[in-house]
Parts: sequence; C-alpha cells; structure tokens
Amino acid sequence: MNWTEYLPPLLEGAWVTVQLTVYSMVLGALLSFAAGIGKLSPNWAIKGLSVVYIEIFRGTSLLVQLFWLYFALPLVGDLIGINLRLPPVIAGVLALGLNIGAYGAEVVRGSLQAVPVAQLETARALNFTRRQTLWRVALPQALPEMMPPFSNLAVQNLKDTALVSLISLGDLAFRAEQIRNFTQDSVTVYTIILFMYFGMALVLASFVRGLEFWVSRWRARA
Amino acid sequence: MLFGYEWVTGQGDLAFAASILPMLLLGLVVTIQATVAGFFIAVILGLIFAALRQSRFRVVRYVTGFVVEFLRDTPLLVQLFFLYYVLPEFGIVLPAFMTGALALGVQYSAYTSQVYRAGIEAVPPGQREAARALDLTERRTFTHVILPQAIPRIIPALGNYAVSIMKDVPILSVVTVLEVLNVAKIIGDQTFNYLVPFTMVGALYLVLTLIASYLVRLLDRALPKTGLPLR
Amino acid sequence: MSEPIIRFDKVVKRFGALTVLDRLDFTVQPGEKVSIIGPSGSGKSTVLRILMTLEPIQEGTIWVDGHPLWHEERDGRLVPASEAHLREMRKLLGMVFQQFNLFPHMTVLRNITEAPIAVLGMSKQEARERAMELLELVGLADQADKFPHQLSGGQQQRVGIARALAMRPKIMLFDEPTSALDPELVGEVLTVIGKLAHEHDLTMLLVTHEMRFAREVSDRVCFFDQGRMVEEGPPDQLFTEPREARTREFLKAVLAPQE
Repeated sequence: MNWTEYLPPLLEGAWVTVQLTVYSMVLGALLSFAAGIGKLSPNWAIKGLSVVYIEIFRGTSLLVQLFWLYFALPLVGDLIGINLRLPPVIAGVLALGLNIGAYGAEVVRGSLQAVPVAQLETARALNFTRRQTLWRVALPQALPEMMPPFSNLAVQNLKDTALVSLISLGDLAFRAEQIRNFTQDSVTVYTIILFMYFGMALVLASFVRGLEFWVSRWRARA
Repeated sequence: MLFGYEWVTGQGDLAFAASILPMLLLGLVVTIQATVAGFFIAVILGLIFAALRQSRFRVVRYVTGFVVEFLRDTPLLVQLFFLYYVLPEFGIVLPAFMTGALALGVQYSAYTSQVYRAGIEAVPPGQREAARALDLTERRTFTHVILPQAIPRIIPALGNYAVSIMKDVPILSVVTVLEVLNVAKIIGDQTFNYLVPFTMVGALYLVLTLIASYLVRLLDRALPKTGLPLR
Repeated sequence: MSEPIIRFDKVVKRFGALTVLDRLDFTVQPGEKVSIIGPSGSGKSTVLRILMTLEPIQEGTIWVDGHPLWHEERDGRLVPASEAHLREMRKLLGMVFQQFNLFPHMTVLRNITEAPIAVLGMSKQEARERAMELLELVGLADQADKFPHQLSGGQQQRVGIARALAMRPKIMLFDEPTSALDPELVGEVLTVIGKLAHEHDLTMLLVTHEMRFAREVSDRVCFFDQGRMVEEGPPDQLFTEPREARTREFLKAVLAPQE
C-alpha cells in the first residue's frame, strides 16, 4: 500500500476532528462565559454552581471525564430510569466542551476582573444597571485580553479531540490507528497525521488571531 | 481479581467501592510515578530547548523554535503512539511506562521551555544594564543577577505544569500502563459496573489536584519575589 | 434663601480607621457654582464621590433636591437606600472625572449616546442629535467618529463633560477635571467649564487646584482640610482676606510664584 492511499481515510478522519473541534469549541465558549460571569455573580447560588463546575472539570482529567460520560453515565440513567446512553459523538463533544469551558471560565473571570475600576464607576455614575455595565462596558474591554489565552485553549481543544478515538469515534487519530493496524507502517502514518494536526493547529491559531484583531479594533495600534 | 485483591459484588455499592479502593490506590501510585518521571524529563528537555533557542547560530534557533512549536501543537496521544510504535523500529525497546513518561516529558518540554524563557525575560532589563555598569562578566551576570530573580517566577509555573502532567497520565492507559484510570476501566470491564470505579477515580483526582495546587501556592508564597540568595 | 439643592447633615465618612469626613455640614443652593479647594487628603474629592453614590457614608444624612441620597423614607424613618432609590437619585447628578474615564471601545459619539439610549430610553435619532449639539458646545463636532485614544487629553475631557451633560443632570460634579492634563491643554477645558457656569443654571460643584479659575467662576469657595470645612465665602473675600490661619497658609503655598 502506497502512502498516498492513506490520505482518503485520513482526510475523512480529519473532517471528523474538525467538526468535533468546532462543536466543542462553541459549547466550551458558551460555558466559559456563563461560568466565568457566574463566578463573579452576587447571587450565591449562581456563584456556587459556577465554582463547583469549574473546580470539578479543572480538577479531574479529561479522559476520566470522557470515560465517565460514556461508560458510567448510562448506569446513572439506569438507576433513575432514563436512557443516558450517549452516542460517542455526543459524549465526545460534551466532555471536550465541558472540560475546555472550565478552563475558559477562569480566563473570562480574570479578564473581567482586570477591567479598570474607574470604568465600572463611570458606568455607575451614568446610571447603567449591573447587566448593562457587564455587556456594554466590561465585556467589550475584557474580550481582547481573553484572546491570547483562548488561542492556547483552542489548540489544546483540537489536540484533546484525539482522545475520542478511545471511545471508537472515527476521528483522525482513530483512522491512523486503523491504518497502522492494517499496514504496520507506523512511521509514515504517524508522521502524516502529526503534520496534519500541526497544520490544523496553525489554521486554528490564525483564526483566533483574526478574532483578536476584530475584537480589539478600537484599540490604539503601535 | 487485580493485584491480588478481590472485588466484592452483590453486596451494594459501598462494599464494592471499599473492595476496589486498594486497587485504585495502587493505580494512583503508578499515576504519581509517571507524573514525576514525565515532569523530570520535561524539566530537563525544556531547559535544553530553552538553551538552544539562545544559540549563536540562527539555524539552531529556528529549528528549535519549530520543533517546540510542533511538539506543542500536536496531541500527546499521537506523540505517544508515535514513540510506542516507531522507537522499536529503530531498535529502541522501552517498557510501556518509560515510553509513556517519555511522551509526557516530550510534550511538556514545549511548555517548560517557554516557562524558562518567560522567567528570564521577566527580569527587568535595568538589572542587566546595572550588572554591565558594574563590569560583571556575562556569565556572572547570568548566574548571580538574572537567575536568582528568574527562578522564583519559574518554579511555580513549572509546578502548575506538573499538575497538568498528572491530569494527562490516564492517556498512558492506551499503551497498557496500569495507572488509576486503566485500573478502573479493567474493574468496570470485569464487573460491568463503571459508575463506581470511574466516580472514585474522579474523586481521587479532585483530591490530588487540590493538594497539588495548594502545594504550588505554598511554594509560590515561600519564594522571595525579590530574588533567591544563591551562593 | 430658597431650599438648598444639596445639604450634608453631620456626614461621617471613614476608610477603615481613617476618618475622611468628620461630621460635615455643607449646603449648596440651586444654580450655585461652588469650588472646593484644599490640600490632597482633605476629603474634597470624597465629597463628590459620595454625592455620585460611588462611596457610601457611615453616619449622617445627605439631602439632594429634597430627598435623602443614601437613605429612603419608610414609615417616617430613614433606612439605608435600595439600589432602585440610588438609581433614581443618580439621575440628578453628572460627574466629570480627573482621568476622563471615557469608554475606550466606543467612538466619541457612542460615548455620549450610550447612556441616554440605554438608561433614559431615548431614541437613537434623538440621542445622536443631542450628542451633536453637546459636541458643538464643547467644540468637538468634527471628532464624533474618532476613538478616545485618537484625541488629546483636553479633547477627551471635553467629551467627558458632554457625556455627563447628555444625561441632563441638575447638578454637575467636576473632580479635578484638569489635574491630569498637560499645562497647555488646561485652558480649553476650563473655557468649556466657564461657559457652562456663565450660560447655564446648572448647579456646579468643582474640586480644583486652579485657584485663578475657581476665583473667576465660583459664587462661593470652600476650603477643606483634614475632613472638615475650615472656611467658606465669596471668592474675593476668601482669596484676598481669609479669616483662618490654615486657609492663609494653604493659599500662600499654592499661590507662591513658581521658581
């Protein structure tokens, strides 16, 4: 088997990896903002929920979370009489999104806390409500600060998608393992997919850089 | 049966949990060993990368920069498989644990090399200029002025990566390393009860990372921010 | 005299163990222009920050336009104010900050229209028209689409004044509006404030180090030191023949010819 023949199945796997990355990134971004803002809430219930979520998903291993959702959650479902048998794609996206969202939440919280107090006081003097202050004053100024760490998390998330191959989802890492099993040509296969991941990471990072440029368009440029 | 211990089924979850705890703890020991070994390699290899990036030769700097970026942007799982299947083809046959620790070390060396660089760059340029004004040699400036101020920044950052490494150890289960998640998976496969062992692994991890993060914070606070009095 | 628009009644403000305002009594009449002068740490900026509800008070009562500021009347008693009451009271007040505090992510125009639209529920069209009038007033109509970082400090502060005016307050608070400016930019900001003082019936409270300006623009000048109002009076009297020794010392120090 010539190495070019590996490419069609690998590209198929790469497409699955791209989809997983996009879906879990969207979920993770939503959770980042929800929990990051929630952790600063004066409402103790919202604050508590956010802290517990962040601590659990930052405090345990992603693979443990993935296995728990895929293998253990159905048993919880049996106990309470609901079918919680998740298809691998759902379990994968959930685990990836929940995990990266917990890290992202700390980024959101940190960036919000870095907004100068004077800006918040000015919003108060102009009689903005708490919510208006958050959406109109604090978040727009915090967004540019979030982008560099978000870029790292996005690449982290892309790399983490490889773990879903362990619950037999046909992503890039899974296809590579199949081909290796079949051909024993491990050097070629793994070299190819390492470069494929590398390429995807570069594209993803430049996408986030574009996003950073867009959210900081109001800033002075050196 | 695992590691000479028997699991107790049919007597409720609590009895089952109690019976598998010793096995999970033995798995946890392997997890910690892998963390330490991986961290050790990452600390050394990262230092080498950081030094190469300061090389006088532009080619060396560029190649190192590319390698570090490449290692950082590709999945640990794939790097692990690569080492696991490719090293033997070059006649290097390592135990699974060693391959796993090596993969952890290689992946995280990309991060630690950045920590060294950032730590040294964080020392204010005025310090270097002051040392030059005092006619200190380059070497003495580095060992007596730069390093003592950089180390208190570097060590806590390295500590945080040690915690990250610990959370990545379960990936080594794919090459048959019997760390804690793999032990739980085996128990689950045998007893068809995944809920108890996986939940226990989650709880053990939570405790372990809380302790580790606390230790890193203690360390951070113990280090003098004004610089370490090296002799 | 009519009912004062601002009345401090034995107001105490503490930061921890430090007493910043010590049983302060202080009134301002509607339409009056009052300057507050004094050394740093005298509590003069705190008076403005308390009025803008940025700092709470520990004791005493403040009345603004006939209503208690930090309290609400309930069953004939005064209880600490709710956020709703504070929001109602803030409508009366506008503030100009030492560091301008423009929103860096909004154009000049948006800086001025944002609060009227979001808080007062003004239509976009109306808010824009009002904003352009105010920019005309401060002489910056041609800068409407720029971002704050593209303006000089003096221009930013003039936008800050327009932004506060856009909320149509009855009382304007100026907290050292020229202290952060390069000397050559002070004049343009003082000109705008002077114009406001002479042409409008706004009540104005001005904390400043610009003694000449304070003298020229104010109806009354108050000298603060160590949390107390040491002396107050018409500017001509206070600057030329102060009654208190501390006032004399302070004025001598700040008015001494620069070497």
